[in-house]
Amino acid sequence: MWRYVIRRILWLPIILFVVSFITFLLFRVVPGDPVIVILGDRYEPDSIAAINLRHELGYDQPIIIQYTKYMGGVLRGDFGKSSKHGMLPVRDLIFPKMWVSAQLAFVGLLISLIFGVPLGFFIAHHQGTWYDPTSVVITLILMSIAPMISVPGLLWLFCLKLHWVPCSGWNGIFDARILVPAIALGVPGIAGFVRLMRASTLDVLGQEFVRTARAKGLSVLTIDIRHVLRNAIIPVVTVLAFSLAGLIGGAIVTETIMGIPGIGYFSIQSVFNRDYDVLMAVTLVTAFTFVIAMLIADISYSIIDPRIEYD
Amino acid sequence: MGTNKIDNLGGQSHLSRSLRRLFRKKIAVICLVLISIIYCLGIFAPIVSPYDYSEQDYTAIRQAPSFEMNEGINGFFTKSHFAGTDRAGRDVFTRVLWGIQNTLILTFIGMITGGLVIGVVFGLMSGYFGGKIDSLIMRVGEIFTVIPSFLLVLIITATLKPRIREWVIWVEDNSFVEGLISSGFIDYFVVSVALVSFGWYGTARLVRSQILYLKESQYIEAARAIGVSHWGIIFKHLLPNALSPIIVTVTMGMGSMVGVEIFLSWVGVGIQPPRPSLGLMLWEGGNISVLRNQPWMLLAPGIVTWIMMLSWNLLGDAMNDVFNPRTR
Repeated sequence: MWRYVIRRILWLPIILFVVSFITFLLFRVVPGDPVIVILGDRYEPDSIAAINLRHELGYDQPIIIQYTKYMGGVLRGDFGKSSKHGMLPVRDLIFPKMWVSAQLAFVGLLISLIFGVPLGFFIAHHQGTWYDPTSVVITLILMSIAPMISVPGLLWLFCLKLHWVPCSGWNGIFDARILVPAIALGVPGIAGFVRLMRASTLDVLGQEFVRTARAKGLSVLTIDIRHVLRNAIIPVVTVLAFSLAGLIGGAIVTETIMGIPGIGYFSIQSVFNRDYDVLMAVTLVTAFTFVIAMLIADISYSIIDPRIEYD
Repeated sequence: MGTNKIDNLGGQSHLSRSLRRLFRKKIAVICLVLISIIYCLGIFAPIVSPYDYSEQDYTAIRQAPSFEMNEGINGFFTKSHFAGTDRAGRDVFTRVLWGIQNTLILTFIGMITGGLVIGVVFGLMSGYFGGKIDSLIMRVGEIFTVIPSFLLVLIITATLKPRIREWVIWVEDNSFVEGLISSGFIDYFVVSVALVSFGWYGTARLVRSQILYLKESQYIEAARAIGVSHWGIIFKHLLPNALSPIIVTVTMGMGSMVGVEIFLSWVGVGIQPPRPSLGLMLWEGGNISVLRNQPWMLLAPGIVTWIMMLSWNLLGDAMNDVFNPRTR
């Protein structure tokens, strides 16, 4: 197992390198000359302004050198400057917004967990009764409502009809305005946790040691909590690592409709402003978080469950 | 899987048995019917729809759903606005039908090229040959997974489009091909590329794990011993046995592919107006002042999108039950 862990850790820099290089190509080469983007209407080919700007920003150098310089900056925490927002450092723009998105997504994740895990555990104990397929179908029905529909729908209900909350805005997680985005983000996620928890509980319930515990005459509650739940929750914990990494990616649709100053909304704006340095930084940060979360999930899985063999 | 010899004695394959079991499930049949109805409405949009999708009627702006009762059965179908009209007096029902058509075309292109062809071929190669090819394909796939999928499709669409547009203009200038830009070809192409990039890895990984498992079976060893070629083994022996999980993933993936396509046009990087798209209609209908005064603008595209995604998800779930009974 340790060989596997070490090999995964050695892979890490290579994956990070490839991810960052592809991201760099995607933003610096694919869309065309960034100088045209920055100058906009004032751009004229071979004008002094264009040549000076290109030289100043280093875009006249070979792509490999540009990449090396950029990554050198990233390692020192410098993600370049935003071409749209008055050349402000990208770092100061994106991290506060990621924090907002993370808070919001955390509340959503909590809702998915609180409803999903107990429900999955419960219906696994009632396999074959009507609870089981009904719960699965209901959670799937809720999962299939795209946020493009659910957020306006919830706004119509809570803001226009019931007047419980204002229709947009953000003021931290203890503000009433979190109601709509939290429901919109949390409820679709229930289905995934129900399925996962149901499958892993069924798996554990079929094991010998549960039968042994029953044969010993332990109470149902003790068996459920001490033996079944503790084993069945393992896959949920590993999936959580990914969910937590996904927190900073932001909820594009929900944030855009609600006008929440998160990273999802900011990414959309940056796409339309063609602010590629911002997008590149967002992509890099989320991708790096994912790679590391994946590693932690894999390693923790191999530690929690030593039966799993990696070659 | 269906490697059990006793099961096969009756002359029926695992596939046909599973399909029969699928048709016995009420939910699966309902979903299949709903999907067929919606998709038929989309395919036959030019015939079914009572108006033209860009026909503006300034006498009927922002009208709530209305039914024309005075002009007989023909007038009922051609003069009513079943789902109301939008701010330019265009019939929402008509636009929803055309929007379904766009979603249908794009998701099928995305699923067939990305989910099926690329995903299956890469998965087969990765699982069968192993070694360097396997590492390469899986690492590339990992890179696709570490970038959040919504951001990925958004970025691909946004950065690729100006480039493709330049190329197409160049092609039009230098050849006799014309009308590519005005036909909206670029939108379709770019969105398809984004959907493909989103869809291939899931299938590839699944096919790979299936092949890794099947590769060890004795009949493959036997096939190899009598000198069947690599491709013969892959396409004659491995692929048919891996078929049912592929069908399940493709069905389950269709729901989210529909979601991504609608997301792209919702954001404004998908199919461009004046072509109607469900995403754009949801965007217009989701605006708070529209929501307050003309909620029907969200209602029709919202219900159609929801039923479409729901049917695919439920159908995928039902298929998972019948094809992989062990997970039940």
